[in-house]
Amino acid sequence: MWIYEKKLQYPVRVSTCNPTLAKYLVEQYGGADGELSAALRYLNQRYSIPDKVIGLLTDIGTEEFAHLEMIATMIYKLTKDATPEMMKAAGLGDHYAIHDNALYYENSSGVPWTASYIQAKGDPIADLYEDIAAEEKARATYQWIINLSDDPDLNDGLRFLREREIIHSQRFREAVEILKDEQGKKIFF
Amino acid sequence: MFTLYKTWHPIASPFDPCKPILEKTYSTPPNIYMGFQPPNLPQFSPQEALRAGTLWKPFYDPYFNPFEKAKGGIPR
Repeated sequence: MWIYEKKLQYPVRVSTCNPTLAKYLVEQYGGADGELSAALRYLNQRYSIPDKVIGLLTDIGTEEFAHLEMIATMIYKLTKDATPEMMKAAGLGDHYAIHDNALYYENSSGVPWTASYIQAKGDPIADLYEDIAAEEKARATYQWIINLSDDPDLNDGLRFLREREIIHSQRFREAVEILKDEQGKKIFF
Repeated sequence: MFTLYKTWHPIASPFDPCKPILEKTYSTPPNIYMGFQPPNLPQFSPQEALRAGTLWKPFYDPYFNPFEKAKGGIPR
């Protein structure tokens, strides 16, 4: 069960009308290393992982939905008042033909989200290593979007999200240490 | 000296079609060095932590667009 709090995890401000940025941000919405992939990956893997780390996957998977909501807000603000002409100029003409100004789970090239972006191998180490890699890839994606964006207010929100990727990666790495089960033990040879 | 960004120098040929970038930078965030988080790390105040995205100062590693003027953020 979930409890919904009707506020964003971090305030989303967009100071410039630049629908092209929305096209790039969609990568974090419905891309392979985006927030939707992350949320669904963790919340699905948690059923078949040792119970010591189920709670971690639940917490992080839930937070990913809070991030998804922030990304959606950014994209919505950047496109809600865009005319068909502006969408076309932003490289979103084909998106507009299908979806008008609606959001859709696709990557920045317009490829729809697919479940093959995520994996559940049933092997705890393999799954956690995938999760660590996913966090680092999402961190890098945020860096490249920050590089593409000249909107300081938007980048402020993206910087927060990138910092969360660092923390999530750290916690997954700690989960691996817990499952290795050598934490704090003295090793004798 | 410990840094959270590393640089390297790709080979540049006199025949490169574009102006070569002589130094490339990549991020090496603090989580890859930490292992299991040790106890009693320094913390941000609750208000600062909400903005920083982490409670723990050693994990704070903000990324800036090299072409963007810094705005907000928490000074190191």
